[in-house]
Amino acid sequence: MKKTRKLNRNVAIVGAGMSRFGMYRDRDCRDFFSEAFQEMMASIDKGLDINDIDAMYLGNFSNDFFVHQAHWGPIMSELLGLVPKPATRTEGACASSALAFREGVFAIASGFYDIVLVGGAEQMSRCATEEVAEGLALATFPDEGLAGFTFPGVFGAAASAYFDRYGATRDALMDITIKSHNNAPLNPKAQFKVSIRDLMNAKIEKAEQLGRPVPEWDDEKAFLWDPKANPMVAWPMHLFDCCPISDGASCVLLVAEDLAKQFTDDPLYVAGIGQGSGRGMSSKPDLTYFEATRYAAEEAYGMAGMTPEDVQFAEVHDCFSVAELIHVEDLGFFKPGEGYKAIADGATRLDGPKPINTSGGLKCKGHPVGATGVSQMVEIWSQLRGIAGERQIPNPNLRIGATHNLGGTGGTCTFTILERR
Amino acid sequence: MAPLPFNIQSFEHYLGEDKLMGGKCNACGMVVVPPRPICADCGGIDLEWVPLTGKGELMAYTNIAVVPPAMAAEGYGRNNPYCSGVVGLEEGCHVVARIVGIDASDPESLSIGMPLTATILKSEVDGIAKVRLGFEPS
Ligand SMILES: [Zn+2]
Repeated sequence: MKKTRKLNRNVAIVGAGMSRFGMYRDRDCRDFFSEAFQEMMASIDKGLDINDIDAMYLGNFSNDFFVHQAHWGPIMSELLGLVPKPATRTEGACASSALAFREGVFAIASGFYDIVLVGGAEQMSRCATEEVAEGLALATFPDEGLAGFTFPGVFGAAASAYFDRYGATRDALMDITIKSHNNAPLNPKAQFKVSIRDLMNAKIEKAEQLGRPVPEWDDEKAFLWDPKANPMVAWPMHLFDCCPISDGASCVLLVAEDLAKQFTDDPLYVAGIGQGSGRGMSSKPDLTYFEATRYAAEEAYGMAGMTPEDVQFAEVHDCFSVAELIHVEDLGFFKPGEGYKAIADGATRLDGPKPINTSGGLKCKGHPVGATGVSQMVEIWSQLRGIAGERQIPNPNLRIGATHNLGGTGGTCTFTILERR
Repeated sequence: MAPLPFNIQSFEHYLGEDKLMGGKCNACGMVVVPPRPICADCGGIDLEWVPLTGKGELMAYTNIAVVPPAMAAEGYGRNNPYCSGVVGLEEGCHVVARIVGIDASDPESLSIGMPLTATILKSEVDGIAKVRLGFEPS
C-alpha cells in the first residue's frame, strides 16, 4: 500500500486571477500575465505588498518554440517588480503550471518561504495550426511521433480502445462537447462563448440569408455527426472534440496557513495534492486509463483523507473530449466504463450531482497550455467563494473542489483538492 | 563485436536492412520494440537483439487527417488521412506503428483485435530516405 503523504505546514490560496483566454495577435505573454496578476492582486481581500512575495514559480511549456523566447521566470518577475526574488520556470507540458503550483506549495510547506506567487503563461497563436501541432507533439514519447502519432491521434487511439472495451461510441463524446459549450457562454473569460445549438442555428440562419442549401440538423448531435460541420482530425477525434489554440495566463497567491487570515477571512486550503507520471503507449499494459492520473488521485485523496464522493465538483483536463471521459473514471467519480453513461444522464452538467468543467473546460475556455493548470484553480476559487456569476453551481453548501491537469499524452498528471473551511 | 546500442536509431538501422529486431532482456525475458537501454519490466541491462515474427494484433488506432509537416510531405492530409496504431506483438510487447493496407478514411475498415503482419515502409522526401515500421492486415 502506498504511503500517505502530508505537508509539514498547510498552505492556503488567498488570491487568484487569470487573463481572458483567446488568440491575441496584438499582445504577448507579459500582457497576459500582467492581466492575470492585476486580477489576482484585486482579489486579495485585505491587500498585499508585493515586496512580501518571497518567490515565484511560473509554468510554461514551449514558448521557446511558439514565440522563440525562453527563460520566462525572470522575464515575468522583472515585469511585476519582484526582482531580485527568485523566479523559477517549471515544465510539465500542458501541466506546467500545476507543477509550478506544487513547487510553491512544497516551498511553503517546508518552511523555507511564506508567500509565493505561482502561475503560468503561454502564447500559441502566433504559430500556424500545423506548427502548433508540431510544437505540442514535442511532448509525445519518442516512438509515438515516429509512428505518425499527433496529440489528437494519441487520444484518438485511447478512445478506440475505450470504445472497444466498454461499447461507447462518438455519441458519448458529444455529450461532453455539448456540455462544455453550454457552460462557456456563462464564463466571460472563455475563448468560445457559444453553445453548439446557437452555433448550429447561426449556420442555418446564414445559409438561409445567402440562399444556400439549408443544412438539416435535427439537434446538436446531428450537427456533430455531420462531417462538413465537424470534420475528422484524428478518428474518432473530430474538430469539436479538440481544444483550441490559445493565449493566456493565470496566477494564484499561496501563503502559509498561519498567515492566511492576514490576507482574507475566506481563504481556500490545499487539502490534497498529487502528481504521477505515465508511460508511452507502447509501454502501457492498458490503453483505457491513465496510470499517472490514478496515482496522482490516490496521493491527493490520501493526503486529504477524502474519497471521490467528497469532491463536489472539478475541473478535469479535457484537451480532447475523450480525456474528460477517461479521467472522470480515473479520478474515481465514476467506475471504469460507467463514466459515459453517467455523463449521458447529465451527472456532470452545471446542475448535475458532479459538475465537471463549469468554466467550459479546455475545449471552450481555451488551453494556453502553460497557463491551464492554475487557471483551473482560479475556477475552483470562483466557485467556492460563490463569485462565479451565471455559472455558479447551484449548491449552497459548496465546500470542496478539485483540479486535474494532464501534461503531454499523460506523461504528467496532477490532482489537487481545494477546500473552503 | 559489441551489439548496436539498444535504441530507436539502431532499430531503424535494422529496418533499413529489412530486419525487424527487438531488444530482449536476458534477466526477465521481456522483449521491447523499439528497444531501450534499460529493461522496461525489471530494470535489467543485460540485453540482446532478437528477430521478431512481425505478427500481432491491433490494440488501438486512429486515422489522422490533420497531419504533421513530415507526413504532409509524404502526401497525407485532410483528403488523404493515414492510420497509426498500437500493435500487440506475438512476443508479448506492444509497439506503435503505421497501419497500412486499409482505408484510413473509413474507420469501419479497421477493428480492434484484427490480425496484422509487419511491413517495412520506405519513402524518400526531398532526397532523404526514411524507413518506418508499418503493419498491414494479415
Ligand atoms: Zn527485464
